[in-house]
Amino acid sequence: MSTSTVAPIAGLGEVPNHAYGVRFDDLGRAFPVAGGESRQVLRDVELEVEPGEILAILGPSGCGKSTLLRIAGGLDAPTSGSVTIDGAPVDRYDARCAVGFQEPRLLPWRSVAANIALGLPRGTAKADGRAVVERLIELVGLAEFADHRPREISGGMAQRTSLARALARNPGVLLLDEPFGALDALTRLKMQDLLLDVHAAAPTTVLLVTHDVDEALQLADRIILLGNDGGAPGADIRQTVVVPGHRPRDRGSAELAELRGRLLDGLGIDRHGSARGVEVTKTIPHYPY
Amino acid sequence: MTQQTTDAPSRPAPAAARPAAPRLGRRLVDRKWFVIVGGAIIPVIVLLTWHLVSENGIVPTSQLPSPTMVWLALIDLIERGLFWQYVAISTQRVLIGFAIGATLGLLFGAIVGLSKLGDILLTPTLGALRAVPSLAWLPLLILWLKLGEESKITLIIIGSFFPVYTVVASALRHVDRQLIEAARAFGLHGTRLFGTVQLPAVIPETIAGLRLALAQAWLFLVAAELLGASMGLGFLLTDSTNTGRLDRTFLAIILLAVIGKLSDSLIGVFERWAVRRWT
Ligand SMILES: Nc1ncnc2c1ncn2[C@@H]1O[C@H](COP(=O)(O)OP(=O)(O)O)[C@@H](O)[C@H]1O
Ligand SMILES: [Mg+2]
Repeated sequence: MSTSTVAPIAGLGEVPNHAYGVRFDDLGRAFPVAGGESRQVLRDVELEVEPGEILAILGPSGCGKSTLLRIAGGLDAPTSGSVTIDGAPVDRYDARCAVGFQEPRLLPWRSVAANIALGLPRGTAKADGRAVVERLIELVGLAEFADHRPREISGGMAQRTSLARALARNPGVLLLDEPFGALDALTRLKMQDLLLDVHAAAPTTVLLVTHDVDEALQLADRIILLGNDGGAPGADIRQTVVVPGHRPRDRGSAELAELRGRLLDGLGIDRHGSARGVEVTKTIPHYPY
Repeated sequence: MTQQTTDAPSRPAPAAARPAAPRLGRRLVDRKWFVIVGGAIIPVIVLLTWHLVSENGIVPTSQLPSPTMVWLALIDLIERGLFWQYVAISTQRVLIGFAIGATLGLLFGAIVGLSKLGDILLTPTLGALRAVPSLAWLPLLILWLKLGEESKITLIIIGSFFPVYTVVASALRHVDRQLIEAARAFGLHGTRLFGTVQLPAVIPETIAGLRLALAQAWLFLVAAELLGASMGLGFLLTDSTNTGRLDRTFLAIILLAVIGKLSDSLIGVFERWAVRRWT
């Protein structure tokens, strides 16, 4: 990252910096369904996330990505196995995490600025808090909209507000559930850069759920692919991919193209069209798949 | 593949926050003078018809006093110093009963709406009590509290308690779970969670409940003053009927309508402000 983009974020680092490791230990989650039965959503998830690592979680819709993230943040609990942060079990609504939800979840009666301020850690001095919020609003490009209510901004702007609220927490573990899903292509690239800038300035552990393979390849140190193998019910980790090279990465590199192909195969997307004997180049999928 | 529309502001930028830009012609029904004049049309027609019917003797004044007679009854009451006394005592009863009833309604509504245990313990009992018609309380209240102010105010308390309780309890139960979860995830719980999410979320409904309760308080006032009162608008109503002063009966009805509507409008203004502020 260029220093010009890192410098303005340095103000966020006044709060002591911390990044915690997250460990999923043989974790499973089943939801009760009608008739006293239960439906296995996640099973045998075994994963160690390093402090400061950016981990992308890929997987088909409904496979349990959000559920895994919620369990990491203490918003949900596993039915088997365990999850620890920094070696200690996750509490209910664990204070070491900040969550960027899949939906913006903003308080309708509060301005954009006041919604972001909700993310500030408890006990932040007023002046410091105001400075952090002001900085974040600028970074997510909503300075003009600071006093607007959520109903007065677009869905994409609401999602950026929600991202800023999570960043305001300066958490030890940042849990982001498809944070760029509602953004247009250009804004998405900007917000991805913003996330990397913030991460560079204040390295925290990031668990990022996405359905965009390219996004995962650009942002993550490591990618896990959740899915079901067609055997036992529930999703487990199908693939783990360590992404080579330092960020920012060259989107056109052959190495990434190869990884992209493997991940898309894993998602069940027939990239090469070989099964149908279609020519290779025509079927490279683009988001949304 | 791009979703440009999703990230464009759905409303104009702040510079043009209240846009004159696309001139949506203001329709007649949005104009203030039209709203006022439109609302006055039916009362004026009724008044005129009433005047014509009674002045021309189509209906005898023993059945329908003329507007002039009602007006004179008002002047008479004012001159004897009774008018303000009656209005004041009735308003006082309503306000005291409403204040206590609404406060209790807020309290119990909050307990039932926020706590599962409170819900289990209180909902069946309060639901059964609510089903009792207001007038059924009157003999008991008079027996226990005699004919003083307490029995009347207690009845009004009962009347204004239930609308607030019902609305607040149900509104709190239906606060967006996702918002509450998000707030909890950001470390809010207990009273801070209540003050930050639950309370603001139910303010518009709560004020609508207060509005209902105030209307109910006026209804219960008349019931309370029907028996054993020596002052007040409800007393004016029964007393004048018993003494055959139909002009005063009409006056009492009109006064109840006007004062009830006025107090309702006051809360209505408050309600509109709250809806703007809290949604
Ligand atoms: N609270 C819940 N109760 C019952 N089922 C749930 C609950 N939360 C999630 N599920 C189920 O778990 C599965 C995975 O959901 P989710 O984690 O949201 O998927 P993803 O985020 O990968 O799209 C879905 O089939 C969903 O229906
Ligand atoms: Mg999801």
